[in-house]
Amino acid sequence: MKTSLFKERYDRNFNTLSCEEQKKLGISKVIIVGLGGLGGSVCEMLARVGIGHLTLIDGDVFEPSNLNRQLLCQENLMGFPKAQAAKDRVKAINSEVMVIHLEEYLDESNLYDRIKDGDVIMDCLDSIDTRFKLQTAAQNASIPIVSGAIAGVAGQLTTIYPGDKGYELIYGKKGGNQSKGIETRTGNIAYCAFFVAALQSSECLKVLLDRGDILRNKLLIAELWTNTFEIMDLV
Amino acid sequence: MIKIDLQLFVTLSKYRPEKNEFLEIQEGTSVGKLILDLGIPKDLVKLIFVNGKRQKTTYQLKNNDRLGLFPPVGGG
Repeated sequence: MKTSLFKERYDRNFNTLSCEEQKKLGISKVIIVGLGGLGGSVCEMLARVGIGHLTLIDGDVFEPSNLNRQLLCQENLMGFPKAQAAKDRVKAINSEVMVIHLEEYLDESNLYDRIKDGDVIMDCLDSIDTRFKLQTAAQNASIPIVSGAIAGVAGQLTTIYPGDKGYELIYGKKGGNQSKGIETRTGNIAYCAFFVAALQSSECLKVLLDRGDILRNKLLIAELWTNTFEIMDLV
Repeated sequence: MIKIDLQLFVTLSKYRPEKNEFLEIQEGTSVGKLILDLGIPKDLVKLIFVNGKRQKTTYQLKNNDRLGLFPPVGGG
């Protein structure tokens, strides 16, 4: 980006972010896995804040039940691939961002290959089983994961580094879990999805910039009916 | 008897026996027994926090403990 446009585009990021930090974000690679309620909003925020390289992964297409909470979902996009919509949105916001979009679901056969070049992985998945698989691949590739999960107006957030126990501390032993949590009963409300996505985006910057308090081996829990916001020690 | 501060999150809140902030229980009651006594299905509790730290069902509750029970949350 030309220097003048760089300064204008990110003018309101300064001096919360320094020029050096902004440039570091510009060469950072973030993988967003899942482009639904969390991932769509994370995508929007990371594009605006200036992450230079985004890999956007989701094999799903939009359907009417996504309209209540998924930022990228519009009435005219029914049946449209979420990954393509995410790419279009990023390019409309910030054409300087290098985008790879993958219209596919991830499993053991392709996970490592798709995520191995990232600096940070954003886990925005809706399956507990796949979260465990993602953690295995991320740890093999030595990449930290910023993980968000939502149900109704409740959410949780943690950051998992290579070598950490991660999801085992939250969901129990791998394989001993239901694939879904209570969100199958509570649904998900838009403002909670946006809220947890915002926390995830913040955590992503902290990891990339090695700044602030990172939720390693900690779980932030939020419940919006009661305005409960707590950080729990997982170890 | 001891008093604990019980927080039941999301779908677990309906198992709260009374509206008072504190719950009276027998000293030495384990978290697992309390979950049973409250009638909460075991698989509905995924995370147990006591005074801000993760604990197991075998933890024996003490006076003024702050206990939080959280269900499995996995949506995106």
